[in-house]
Amino acid sequence: MADPAYVPEIAAAVTGSPRHSLLVRTTHWIHTAAFLGLLVSGIAILLAHPRLYWGEAGGMGGPSLIDLPLPLVLTGQTGWGRSLHFLSAWVCILAGLAYLLSGIVSRHFRDNVFSPGTLYNPIQRVTYVAVVFGLFPLVIATGLAMSPAVTSVFPELVALLQGQQSARTIHFFVAALLFVFLIVHVTMVVRAGFIHRMRSMLTGEPL
Amino acid sequence: MSAGISRRKLLAGASVATGAAGLTVAARLARRYGLIPPDSGGIFGAAETLTYASQRILMARHPLAREFDRSQISRATPVNGDPPEDETYQRLQTDDFANWKLSVDGLVARPASFTLAELKRFPPRTQITHLACEEGWSFIAEWTGVPLSYLLNLTGVLPQARYVAFFPFDISWDSLDMSDALHPQTLLAYTMNGQPLTIPHGAPLRLRVTRQLGYKSVKYLSHILVTDTLKSIRNGLGSISPDLGYSWYAGI
Repeated sequence: MADPAYVPEIAAAVTGSPRHSLLVRTTHWIHTAAFLGLLVSGIAILLAHPRLYWGEAGGMGGPSLIDLPLPLVLTGQTGWGRSLHFLSAWVCILAGLAYLLSGIVSRHFRDNVFSPGTLYNPIQRVTYVAVVFGLFPLVIATGLAMSPAVTSVFPELVALLQGQQSARTIHFFVAALLFVFLIVHVTMVVRAGFIHRMRSMLTGEPL
Repeated sequence: MSAGISRRKLLAGASVATGAAGLTVAARLARRYGLIPPDSGGIFGAAETLTYASQRILMARHPLAREFDRSQISRATPVNGDPPEDETYQRLQTDDFANWKLSVDGLVARPASFTLAELKRFPPRTQITHLACEEGWSFIAEWTGVPLSYLLNLTGVLPQARYVAFFPFDISWDSLDMSDALHPQTLLAYTMNGQPLTIPHGAPLRLRVTRQLGYKSVKYLSHILVTDTLKSIRNGLGSISPDLGYSWYAGI
């Protein structure tokens, strides 16, 4: 019985080669670890000040955009939080660059993402494009727009995002969307056959 | 087919070798151009170094941090941390810091001390800039002070100087590399929003480093030391921050 979302038998038959290349599999698991690091450390940083603002500046005693219903108890966790966040961000960006370059060179994006009638249905392709070419660049850009060093070099970046605090707020919501994507992604994998799909992403064997 | 596999292996081997050689060369260049932060050890050290080195390269032309209009000055100006409990500081506070002095020594030709009145006679710089706390909050304010570079020129920084260390009236301390120490926006600030600095904001004199987060802008200054190495100062990591789990460099 073919899964309407994805037809693995065709994949193997058409290409006759492993479904996921070694580079895609390696960067997938590097990104998994880095994403979890970013998520945990991002929450630790957020809990030091769970208020969001719009514009250039904002703090206690001033108006906020949203007061997140989170406890203020975890102050003092930003030290390791920030260190883990930037370590994970570097891992994520370096692995992401390798993935993007190989995706272009191997025509993975052209053949599997941007052309109709591939292995993936339109919803999968739109989601993939939105996450890889939309949410990830946006979360990186908004993260960098919070850096006073980076914005001294690229003031346009923070101006475009309506200010440093707006960048922080957008960063939070994009991260939340990426978390939703993670949940949906894992749910789909479980529903489509967890063991087979895990094996395929670990060994590259056709499903 | 076998030719294909051996070609692939050859490519993989070549890229590993190139990568290793590249890393060695990069490490040597980074050391030569001062792109390695003092707290580059430990599990987060590699990422710290990447951040510091890449931001230093990005800022090679020493751009200014953004400055704002008066209309953008924040009404709320929160603070973190408590004023020093040091006895000397308490005593100096009683007569509005009239007897306070800032000493500048180390690798300078003419070590000197300056009273607040003397510092205020030097050509001031006023700037409206953003101060962001690493916790996430921020405010915009107008600061006036003496550019640190002015004081460093006045005392005659020696060519071998690589860092400037700052000591307040409490156990905390910090340091800047020469790129930030000589940056035109790096101020020894004595007023905020047109008023003398209040105690919570670091009276009588605080550092303002515009391209780093708030915790680098040391309050309650007492002593400035110019040095060629941070290894011999206290924990040897350039700042009290690494002892508290924070990084020395706070450009992000």
